Amino acid sequence: MSKRSKKNHAKTRDQVFKYFAILCTGFGLLALGILLVDIISKGIGRINWSFFSSLPSRHFNESGIYTALIGTASLLFFTIIIALPIGIGSGIYLQEYGARNRFARFVEINIANLAGVPSVIYGILGLQFFVRMAGLGSSILAGALTLALLIMPIVIVATREALKAVPNSLRDASLGMGATKWQTTRRVVLPAAWGGILTGIILSISRAIGETAPLIVVGALVYVPFVPEGPLDQYTTLPIQIFNWTSRPQQGFMNNAAAGIIVLLAFTFLLNGIAIYLRNRWYNKIKL
Amino acid sequence: MFKLESQDLHLYYGPKHALKGISMGIDTHTVTAFIGPSGCGKSTFLRCFNRMNDLIPNVKMEGKVLLDDADIYDDDIDVYEHRKRIGMVFQKANPFPKSIYENVAYGLRIVGEKSRPFIDEAVETALIQAALWDEVKDTLKKSALALSGGQQQRLCIARAIAVKPSVLLMDEPASSLDPLSTTKIEDLIYTLKKDYTIVIVTHNMQQAARVSDKTAFFYLGELVEYDNTDKLFTNPTKEATQNYISGRFG
Repeated sequence: MSKRSKKNHAKTRDQVFKYFAILCTGFGLLALGILLVDIISKGIGRINWSFFSSLPSRHFNESGIYTALIGTASLLFFTIIIALPIGIGSGIYLQEYGARNRFARFVEINIANLAGVPSVIYGILGLQFFVRMAGLGSSILAGALTLALLIMPIVIVATREALKAVPNSLRDASLGMGATKWQTTRRVVLPAAWGGILTGIILSISRAIGETAPLIVVGALVYVPFVPEGPLDQYTTLPIQIFNWTSRPQQGFMNNAAAGIIVLLAFTFLLNGIAIYLRNRWYNKIKL
Repeated sequence: MFKLESQDLHLYYGPKHALKGISMGIDTHTVTAFIGPSGCGKSTFLRCFNRMNDLIPNVKMEGKVLLDDADIYDDDIDVYEHRKRIGMVFQKANPFPKSIYENVAYGLRIVGEKSRPFIDEAVETALIQAALWDEVKDTLKKSALALSGGQQQRLCIARAIAVKPSVLLMDEPASSLDPLSTTKIEDLIYTLKKDYTIVIVTHNMQQAARVSDKTAFFYLGELVEYDNTDKLFTNPTKEATQNYISGRFG
């Protein structure tokens, strides 16, 4: 074979691979598009004010997501209150104070692994510890503690990454002026890292908002016709309400589920959008 | 009496013997330049004076470092108090991602100074001393990162002198600046000399000759020659110094 035809051969393969990659991307986008069109066409007709303000009902036309929304909001509120201080605190310790030795690396790897553990496992842990042993029952608090465990690794990793991105020259500048480690962390490093930490927090919340499996395990899959009033009340959440509706035979409930998915997707897109915006702003700010 | 003094100072990074028995004294209100090829230990030695090497793991030190005749590595020396007496300016300008005002006020904030008029005045004084006031007096609330490289470095000098240290350590303060900004920094060093004792590490021998009263030449962790700048550059006693300043190595 001549040199020229060899070259052409390589060129052809290059083209083939390019089209293959385009095809793969197109397939993913197509699947997503079909899913969105299907859900929006079914659900958009159900989205009106009464859908947001109604309690669940046996009649699909009167059914709404009010209890689920309040349930999701209260659950997230307690999840955040529990997970953030512990997660951010651990991140600061591991990145700024912890020694760089084998034990630290061991902890580091395990936290990264925890972030990848299937969420239902957290549900089983929560069921045993919070629901049964701590006697919290299927309360908001039990669910929030479970979700807090679930998102904590994400918060820790995000905090560490954000702290890592702060140049050491800033720490030197502060320490060189006679600031203590804590003054340096609080006045220089944390403010500089805050954008990155916030981004991680928002992404972890957007993860928590859609979680279903662990909440089913800790007992949120119940018909709750009332709005929870305290952390020890029973509750339901948006994804669980959707799950509930999809298990009904009537088409009307399917449409309700589709409408619920639209609301859930809108929340997730919004949170992710805010996270991306904050991250870009932060990167531009921290670059020295 | 010397302002700063080191006595038979040895320093090890793990197994590496980085400083090999350095003894020298630095007079008050002078500019002393440390010159020498990369890796000769001059920056390491500079960092001994404000104990910045404490922050690096596996560093071992022997010998004494004195400030105003007091051993700064003594057990009852508070390292944070000590560093407040010795300002440091780094190779790359490292302003905090805060406003110009907050950068200069930082040293006062960490000692818990609350009085607004007092801080205002200290910020203004420091910026005037650092020859930056006229350029930034209307934009004190703006981010320090919007300043040019040379302005940022003068801001770092202002930040260091706002807490009124008696010594200023400068680790190649002009190495990443253009010639015009470098000139400004050198002029600044010359004027700051009357209030501070300045030690400057530099790779630029013309710079050392221009700004310093005394020059110390380091090579392979040893202090080879230390003399008045005029003498060292025109009539060095050691051959290694002669070779280095004439550009034969380094």
